[in-house]
Amino acid sequence: MLSPGSGNTVIKSKLISRRMFLLTAAKAIVMVGLVGRLITLQINQSTKYKSLSDKNRFREWKLAPERGIIRDFFDQELASNEPLYQVHLVPENTKNLNQLFVRLKGILNITDQKISYLKRVIKKQKPWEPVIISDNLSWSEFSRLNLFLHELDGVEPIVSVARTYPDNSSAHILGYVSQISAKDLKTKKYLKDLSVPGMTVGKTGLERKLDKEIIGKVGFQRYEVNAFGKRIKEILIDEGKAGSSFKTTLDYEVQKYTNELLKDKAAAVCVMDIYKGDIVSLVSAPTFEPNAFVHGLEKDYWDSLTKDGKKPLTNKAMSGLYPPGSTIKTLVALSALENKIIKPSDVFRCTGKIELHGEKFHCWEKKGHGIVNLRKGIQRSCDVYFYEIARKLGVDRLSETAKRFGLGKKVLSDFIEERSGVVPNTKWKKKFIGQNWYIGETLHSGIGQGYFQSTPIQLCLMTAQIANGGFEIKPRIIFDKKNNNFREYMKYKNENPDEKIPLNSLVKNFNLKPLFEDQKNINIIKDAMFSSSNEPGGTSYRHRFENPKFIFAGKTGSSQIKRFTEAQREAEVKQTDLNYKDRDHALFVAFAPYKNPKYAISVVIEHGGSGGSAAAPIAKKIIKKVLERDNLRQQINNLSEELV
Amino acid sequence: MLQPRSIQSSLGIRDKIFSFDYILVISILTLGIVSMFAMYSTDGGEFKYHTNSHILRFFVFFGLFFLISLIQIRFWHDQSYLIYILFFLLLLGVKYYGISSSGSKRWLDLYFMNLQPSELMKVGLILFLAKYYHRVSIENMNSIQYLFTPIISLIAPLLLVATQPDLGTSILIATGGITVAWLAGVRIKFFAYSALIFIALLPIAISFLKPYQKSRILTFLNPERDPLGAGYQIIQSKIAIGSGGLFGKGFLNGSQSYLDYLPEKHTDFIFTLFSEEFGFFGSLFILLLYALIISRIIKIGNLTRSTFGKLYCYSFGTAFFTYVVVNMMMVLGLLPIVGSPLPIMSYGGSSMMAIMFGLGVVMSCKIYKDVPVN
Repeated sequence: MLSPGSGNTVIKSKLISRRMFLLTAAKAIVMVGLVGRLITLQINQSTKYKSLSDKNRFREWKLAPERGIIRDFFDQELASNEPLYQVHLVPENTKNLNQLFVRLKGILNITDQKISYLKRVIKKQKPWEPVIISDNLSWSEFSRLNLFLHELDGVEPIVSVARTYPDNSSAHILGYVSQISAKDLKTKKYLKDLSVPGMTVGKTGLERKLDKEIIGKVGFQRYEVNAFGKRIKEILIDEGKAGSSFKTTLDYEVQKYTNELLKDKAAAVCVMDIYKGDIVSLVSAPTFEPNAFVHGLEKDYWDSLTKDGKKPLTNKAMSGLYPPGSTIKTLVALSALENKIIKPSDVFRCTGKIELHGEKFHCWEKKGHGIVNLRKGIQRSCDVYFYEIARKLGVDRLSETAKRFGLGKKVLSDFIEERSGVVPNTKWKKKFIGQNWYIGETLHSGIGQGYFQSTPIQLCLMTAQIANGGFEIKPRIIFDKKNNNFREYMKYKNENPDEKIPLNSLVKNFNLKPLFEDQKNINIIKDAMFSSSNEPGGTSYRHRFENPKFIFAGKTGSSQIKRFTEAQREAEVKQTDLNYKDRDHALFVAFAPYKNPKYAISVVIEHGGSGGSAAAPIAKKIIKKVLERDNLRQQINNLSEELV
Repeated sequence: MLQPRSIQSSLGIRDKIFSFDYILVISILTLGIVSMFAMYSTDGGEFKYHTNSHILRFFVFFGLFFLISLIQIRFWHDQSYLIYILFFLLLLGVKYYGISSSGSKRWLDLYFMNLQPSELMKVGLILFLAKYYHRVSIENMNSIQYLFTPIISLIAPLLLVATQPDLGTSILIATGGITVAWLAGVRIKFFAYSALIFIALLPIAISFLKPYQKSRILTFLNPERDPLGAGYQIIQSKIAIGSGGLFGKGFLNGSQSYLDYLPEKHTDFIFTLFSEEFGFFGSLFILLLYALIISRIIKIGNLTRSTFGKLYCYSFGTAFFTYVVVNMMMVLGLLPIVGSPLPIMSYGGSSMMAIMFGLGVVMSCKIYKDVPVN
C-alpha cells in the first residue's frame, strides 16, 4: 500500500520545492497586480471616487422662501402669506400606528380612505421619513391637535407658509401662483437655482411680473446622511431670504366695489390718476378664486373656469380687445382740429346716413341729427358728422393722433397677458392684410369700428391724457416714490389759473410732454365730452351727477363687432334684439371731476348693449366711489412726496 | 537522519520558545492589533460588541496558536486523519443540526460560540492531504488508484459546503486541497482533466445555483447593472477605497463606513474600511504584512525536513495567500462578491480559529523542523 518514503524523500522534496518556486512567482505577480489596482483606485481615480463619496454623504434640502407681500395704496395686503398648518407623522416614533390613527380620527377630520392611503404610503417609505397627514388644517383643528399632542407619539405639528389673497376682487391684476411646472423651469432662468418642491411661482398678473424679486432667495440645509437616507447631522444651513414686498397704486376698496358692480357680467374697468398715471383700479369680470390655485387646482373648478363663455381667466382690462367704438370720436375730433381740417363751428347735416361710392353709412340715429357741429357731434355721438370729418382727415392722420394718445401699444410693461391692440392705417393694412386701404374703411375708423382694436386700459389712458390737458403720462401700478412732473405744473396753475403757459415753457419748465399742437383743442374736446354727459340730448345725460363735486365728462361707445381678428373684415349689419353673444359691447370713458379733473375711467361691458345705458351707470357709481376716497389718497400722496 | 531522534523529541520549553519564528509572531500580532483598530472604527469609535469580542477572540486564539505550536509536529501528523474526520463530522452536523441565517445553513451552535466548520475544513483538508501525500511514494503518485482517496476527501466536504450554500468557502477549501496535490507531484494532466470535467458539469452546477449567487456573478461582470441592488456592494466598496486617496480620510473618519454605505464592514469589507481611513499607504502596509506572514510560512516550509511539514507549510501558505488575495480582489472589484473573510483582520471566530490553528501547526513545523514524522 503506502510506502513510507525514505529513499525518495529527497526527490520528492526537490519536486515540491520546484513547484513551490513556480507558485511563489505566481504569487508575486498577483501581489503586484493588487498593488496596481490600489494605485489605480486610490491614486489615479481618487478624485472621481472622492466626489462620489461626497455625493453619497451629503444631501441638501432646499427651503422655500416666503413670497413678498403685495399691498394696495393704503397698505392693505392684497397678496400675503398665511401660516399653513400641517400635521406630519414620523412612523418610527410611533409605537402603535393603528391606535394612533384611531386617536387622530377623533381629533381631526380624516376619512377612512385617507387613513388606508396613508398606511400604504408608510409601508412604502423608510420609517423615519415623515408622512404628511394633513396639509392644510384650520386653526381650530391645529390647536386641538396641539392640545392632545402629548398622547400622539410621532405626530409633528408643522407651520409653513402659503400665498393667500383676501378675496377675488383683484384676481386678474394680481394674478395667481401655482406649483413650478417643467415649462417654468425651462423658460424662466431665475428659477434655475430656485426649484424647491412645493414652491410656487407667479403665473399671471403682478405675481408673474414681479416674480423675480418677489420670490425671494432659497435657503438650504446640508445634511450628512447615511446609506438609508437618514439625516445624521446638519452641516450647513442658509435660511434664505424672503422676497421683496411691493406697494401698488391700487385701491382695494375700489377694487372690491367695482368687482361687486361687475358681478355676473363679462366686463372690464380701469381707473387711472390722470397726472401720475397711477392705476387706482383694474378689474376684469367675471373673476376667479386665486386661492384655489395655491394648493393645486381641483379639476372641476378648472373645467368650470375654462368652459365659461365669459372667460373668467382672461384679464379683459388689459388683454381684452374691443373696437373703441364712439369713444374714439374724441380723438377723431381732436385730430381733425389739430390738423386744421375743421373748425369747431363747421357744420354738417345728418340725415341718418350718407352714401359714399354707392355704399351706405348709417348713423345710429335713423332719423338723423340735423345740423351738427363738433360739440353736438360728440354730445350726440353723431356718426355722420364723424364720417364726414374722418373722410377729410384720412386714416393716417387719425392713426397718428390715436397712437400718440396711447392706443395700439402696451400701457404697462412686463405683463405677458397685456395686448397692444390695433390702430389701423394704410401702411398697416398693406403690411398685415396685404391690401390697399379703402375710403369706406376710413369712415368706419372714424367711429371706432373696422380694424380698430383697443384694450380698456388703453381707452382709460387716452381719456386721462385728454383730461389732464393733453400731456403724456406713464401709467404705473407699482408705487415708487419717484416724484411726478405734474406737481410743479399743478401748483403753478392753481396760483395763476388764467395764465396761458406757452408750449415750450411747459416742456422746459415743467418737464411735461404735450401731446397736442394747441391746448385749446384739448379743451374743446373736454367741453364736448362735458356736454355729452351733462346737457340734455347727451348720450349719457341720464346718468349725470348734479353734485358739482362729482360731475364728470364722458363719452359713450358701443362696438358693433363681437370678435375681431386682423384677418376679419368689418361686419356691416347692425341688429337689435339679438341674443347675448350677438349684442354690442357697451363702452364708456370719462374723467372727473369736470372742473378739476383727477381721474379717468374706462368701462367695457361685453354684450352690454349701448354704452349710455349699460356702461355709463356703472362708471358713475365707480367715479363717486373713487372721488369719495380721493382725499384719503391725496393725503398719502402728499405724505410720500414729503418723504421724497 | 542527521540527528538522534531522542534529542529532537525532547526539547525543553525554553528551547521551544527560542526556536519560534519571531518575525512571524510579531507580524501576526501587528496584524491583530491593526485589526482591532479597524474593528473599533466599524463600531463608530466605541468599544462595542464587535470590537470587544474581536479583541477577546484574537487573544484567545493567539493563545491557541502558541499551544498548538508547542505540540510536536509528529502529533499533528499522526492525528491528521482524525482531525479531518472530526471536521467532516462537524460539517455533517451542520447539515442536520446547523443554524440558518439569511438563507444559508453554515453554523453549529456550541453555546459559547457559533462554529463554522467549513472554515476549519480549510485547514483540515490540507492536513489530511499533506499526510496522505507524505506517505505516497513518488512512483505511485500518479497512479489512478492513489487518486481516489484525495478526490473523495476533497469532493465530500466540498459538496457539503457548497450546498449550505457557501460557494466562496467551498472554492477556498478546494484551492487548499488542489495545492497540496499539485505540490506533491500529481501531474498537470489530472488537473486539466478535472478542469474539463468541471467545465462540462458547469451548466448543471449553474442550474443548482441560488438566484442570489447567479446575480452576484452577473453583477460582478457588470456592477452598474443594478447599482442599488447586487452591484451596490462593489460600487460602494470601490468608492470607499478610491476616496481614501494616498493618505486616507483618517482614523474614524471613513464616511463610507461610518454612514453605513459599506456593507458587511466587519467581515468581508474590513479591508475597504481600513483602506478608506488609511489610504494607499495604509493598504500597502497591510499588504506587506500579509506578504511577510506568507513568506515566513514558506520559509518555514523550506526549513522543515519532513515532506509532511513541507507540503503542509507550502500549501497552507498558498491557501493563506489565496484567502487574502480573493478577499482583496473582491473588495477592489476584481472578483465577484463570494463571501470570504480576510484572515485575522475580519470579524469571525471560526475563521480566526482556523487560521490560528493552521499557523500553530506551521510554527510547530518550525520548532520541530528536524524531527522526522515517522
